[in-house]
Amino acid sequence: MNYKDIFDDQNMMRELLLDHYQNPHNHGLVDNNRYTSKHMASASCIDDITIQLDVDNDIIKDIRFDGVACTISTASTSMMSDLLIGKNLNEAKHIIDEYMKMINNEEYDFDLLEEANAFKNVYKQANRIKCATIGWDGISELINEKENGNG
Amino acid sequence: MFDVNKIRNDFPMIRNNPELIYFDNGATTFKPDYVIEGINDFYNNYTSNVERGDYDIAIKADKAYHNTRNIISKMINCQAKEIAFMSNITACLNQIVYGLSYELKENDVVLLTQEEHASNLLPWFRLAKQKGIIIKYIPIDIQGNIIFDELVKLIDSNVKVISIAYMSNVLGSIAPIKKISELAHKNDIRLVVDAAQAIGHIKLDVKDLDVDYLCFSSHKMLGPDGVGVLYGKYDLLSNMQPMLLGGGMNARFDNEGNIILKDAPERFEAGTPNIEGVIGLARASEYLMDIGLDNIHNYEIELKKYLMSKLKDINTIEIYNPDNLSGIVSFNVKDVFAQDAATYLSSKNIAVRSGNHCAKILHNVIGTDQSIRASMYLYNTKEEIDKFVAEVKNINLDSVISVFL
Ligand SMILES: Cc1ncc(COP(=O)(O)O)c(C=O)c1O
Repeated sequence: MNYKDIFDDQNMMRELLLDHYQNPHNHGLVDNNRYTSKHMASASCIDDITIQLDVDNDIIKDIRFDGVACTISTASTSMMSDLLIGKNLNEAKHIIDEYMKMINNEEYDFDLLEEANAFKNVYKQANRIKCATIGWDGISELINEKENGNG
Repeated sequence: MFDVNKIRNDFPMIRNNPELIYFDNGATTFKPDYVIEGINDFYNNYTSNVERGDYDIAIKADKAYHNTRNIISKMINCQAKEIAFMSNITACLNQIVYGLSYELKENDVVLLTQEEHASNLLPWFRLAKQKGIIIKYIPIDIQGNIIFDELVKLIDSNVKVISIAYMSNVLGSIAPIKKISELAHKNDIRLVVDAAQAIGHIKLDVKDLDVDYLCFSSHKMLGPDGVGVLYGKYDLLSNMQPMLLGGGMNARFDNEGNIILKDAPERFEAGTPNIEGVIGLARASEYLMDIGLDNIHNYEIELKKYLMSKLKDINTIEIYNPDNLSGIVSFNVKDVFAQDAATYLSSKNIAVRSGNHCAKILHNVIGTDQSIRASMYLYNTKEEIDKFVAEVKNINLDSVISVFL
């Protein structure tokens, strides 16, 4: 099966999301002052997560997260961490931008988002867009803080 | 006779959305034509301000506005002058706490429960910070019912106020208000009742219950948004300081800063009130009284019992309030996040609420900080319950994720 086809196959997409929900990657916080961290609590739902970022020389070395979160926020944050670890900050910002375009149902770069393409239809559930972006918004803020020198 | 089909036909929201199953009546309720027509009539035929016009339509508006007090006073059995209109129950509760802040002193105790809505907690929390009053929680059982014997144990001479919901918005538990008011008054304690979930669902008689203050929001009883009703025993209202000052509530003032306030209840109605809303509220009350509050309550109990009989065989769910006799059911589907389950139900045209329902400290009692709440009202049906139950059976991790694919 072609990699692209996964995202047209409901069963495969479901498996992918379930897997990231039940076994989220980079889950659990670390106690290390190299990391900067951000607490994200959505006012409109129950999601309440903390994200940690470790950057060395412009490269994202590690991302960690933990908290109370629904399927969508857990899986989307897990995929975000997979995608961004190892990237430099500019690459990471570009990926975040493309992800946000996808979430808003705009044209975006399919190849760049890899597994995160699983969220391409989330826009249909308008009240849950926040869940699909909470982790991404958090990392975006952490990257901004880094670049502005206060992270 | 209670005829649910006839009732359904009175509601444009139901006629216009025949597929929608609306089980979020704890959040707000639909409005019957009778209410909407009353509001339209005001805007179409006699729009004007109240309290100040010298012309016919203004007098008509003023009459209609004040007449709502008469109608509400019939519905809850009090005097018309014991009813003040504010913007919602949240404003009313804030007003009561503000008023009591002039009387309460450091170390005075206020008794609440952990299932109170934020609007009956946060004003007290602030007062506790400002004045050093002490908040204590009346123990409740796992279905949210006040444990009366434990309440009795909390009573001493420091307790000055008990402020509780008549019906919990999460668990639908009903407080034994009459017993509590007897206990309170024997001990010189003021009783404040948040009737947001009880109004329009249960017949309320404030004289019989002998409560000191009771408030509710119009929008949860088929009336318009933006109106709260504050009932207080007249001598208490007369001695309460208003939270808001301005036009419509003062009798006169001078440039030395002397203000003479109007008497209660107008004293609590500073600024141009929600005239359309108050007029619509009168009609909502008439509509409910016409059907009969006892009939409504009995019908809700019938729906709740029917729903419970259908849910009890589903072993994937946990129900937090099976025995409470009101239209509210709070539950979770095992291993499924409440909001994911609610999104699934929404994809099937079923509106329920998920989350902590503004009762953010209740998880201490029921052991979960989020649940799905289905709250039914007079226009819901057993057929809707059947469809709802069928979909609840379908909720699992696979199905909730499929909604997003
Ligand atoms: C028990 C209870 N109290 C107070 C409120 C607040 O009502 P409003 O938002 O109309 O002020 C609600 C609304 O959900 C409620 O259920």
